[in-house]
Amino acid sequence: MAIRRGRGVAAINYPTGMNLGGDPTQALVHSTPTGNFMVTLSSVDLGQGMKQIMAQICAETIGVPTDRVVVDTADTDTGPHCMGTFASRGTHRAGNAVIQAAREARQVMLEVAAEELEVNASDLETDGQGNILVKGAPQRSISIFDVALSAHFKRGRSISGRGMFLIPRSYPEKETGAMKPSTCYAHACTVAEVEVDDETGEVTVLAVTNVFEIGRALNPKMVEQQLVGGSWMGISHALYETTEPYYPNRDHGGTDFNQYLMPGPGDLARTEIIVLERPSADGPYGAKGPGEMCANPQIPAIANAVFDAVGVRIDTLPITPERILRALKAQAPN
Amino acid sequence: MAKVPVQFTLNGAEKAEFIDSGTTLLHALRDKIGDTSPKGGCHQGTCGACSVIIDGELRLSCLTLAEACNGATIITTSGLSERGVLHPLQRAFLDAFATQCGFCTPGMIMAAKVLLDHTPNPSREDVVEALSGNICRCTGYEPIIQAVLTAARSNSQNAA
Repeated sequence: MAIRRGRGVAAINYPTGMNLGGDPTQALVHSTPTGNFMVTLSSVDLGQGMKQIMAQICAETIGVPTDRVVVDTADTDTGPHCMGTFASRGTHRAGNAVIQAAREARQVMLEVAAEELEVNASDLETDGQGNILVKGAPQRSISIFDVALSAHFKRGRSISGRGMFLIPRSYPEKETGAMKPSTCYAHACTVAEVEVDDETGEVTVLAVTNVFEIGRALNPKMVEQQLVGGSWMGISHALYETTEPYYPNRDHGGTDFNQYLMPGPGDLARTEIIVLERPSADGPYGAKGPGEMCANPQIPAIANAVFDAVGVRIDTLPITPERILRALKAQAPN
Repeated sequence: MAKVPVQFTLNGAEKAEFIDSGTTLLHALRDKIGDTSPKGGCHQGTCGACSVIIDGELRLSCLTLAEACNGATIITTSGLSERGVLHPLQRAFLDAFATQCGFCTPGMIMAAKVLLDHTPNPSREDVVEALSGNICRCTGYEPIIQAVLTAARSNSQNAA
């Protein structure tokens, strides 16, 4: 009986979004009379940073500072349609819809500015600071503030745009079964180092090293935050969390946080995060969906590390001491 | 049911309310007084999201009866900033990206404040111990631990 060390590796592909009869998200963008921009969505920010990212995407597309954009994700009764914030689809689907809507709004904005400056709209550019300039003659300019006032009170125009991004449903080919369930894949690889006590079945994760390929990181600090938290959650899924330990039998299911176990701040593994940026072809400014997949590769990596340590394959989650001890017993010669 | 008078100091302001006997402090703060910074996570004392400071001690407001707080001095996270300037712990949590959904954050900050009030220069182990009654779903705890250590350092620099 001893404490045995093991190391496991796992790599995953993770599709962004889903494909059940088509996967649409809609966005609307309009300017206020003073040239701030409003993004209206039904996609929900549940802590992942949706509002910040959509503000960045809208600001980048229209050519204004991010703090000039307000994102309203308030109400699925009244907002434009979104399939939901799940399947790591928020940034990719809503982001593309926001780009489309913001482009249309930008075009109206440039047309109004063109009338004010008496030039052609195609000769105008934005400086990213809230001004519209004539290309090659930046002394001829107008602020977006003044353009919005003009649109509202003089020209009777709505600086607004509509965006609808749809991944159409993919049907399997009858002969081969081949289909295209997703257009965009994120990737990840985790190396986990564990100690397994072969007397008690206890697993301690010593370290996880994670590499995530997530397209372009639109907000690197928020990406890091998501990946660090996700890595911890992956360990938690691998070793602790279950609502139904004897599924489908509900006996001994956790009913509160005393019984539904998660590692606390004292149980953290040494965690390393490495981000690889490979911009995706159809993502908003190259982004993919890193949300869910950041908690996935730790699970098979830890299962492989347990196998490396004590030679048993646990194929049911979570990998509890009981399951390890039963597997060790089944493996032992008599 | 007869109402019970309760009086305490909340974030420096005198509060007086008539409440139903048996009302928890969490309920009184959120639904009677309107301070929604303490969060109701589990309502049974296992998650720490409702943590407040009562007479200098960390308490779970979901397990504290409001009427037991007569005469007490209560601090919640919404009372930490002064004239729009964030408390060093709030600043550090923001800078360290130590919050995602934010539901655990007020309780974490309360637990961290009590720690720093008693232990201005905590070790990492002190921080872990102080936060061990608070559950976080999103961050993996490490950014929160780093934020508390950063706030402690900035406090000691200000004091020096």
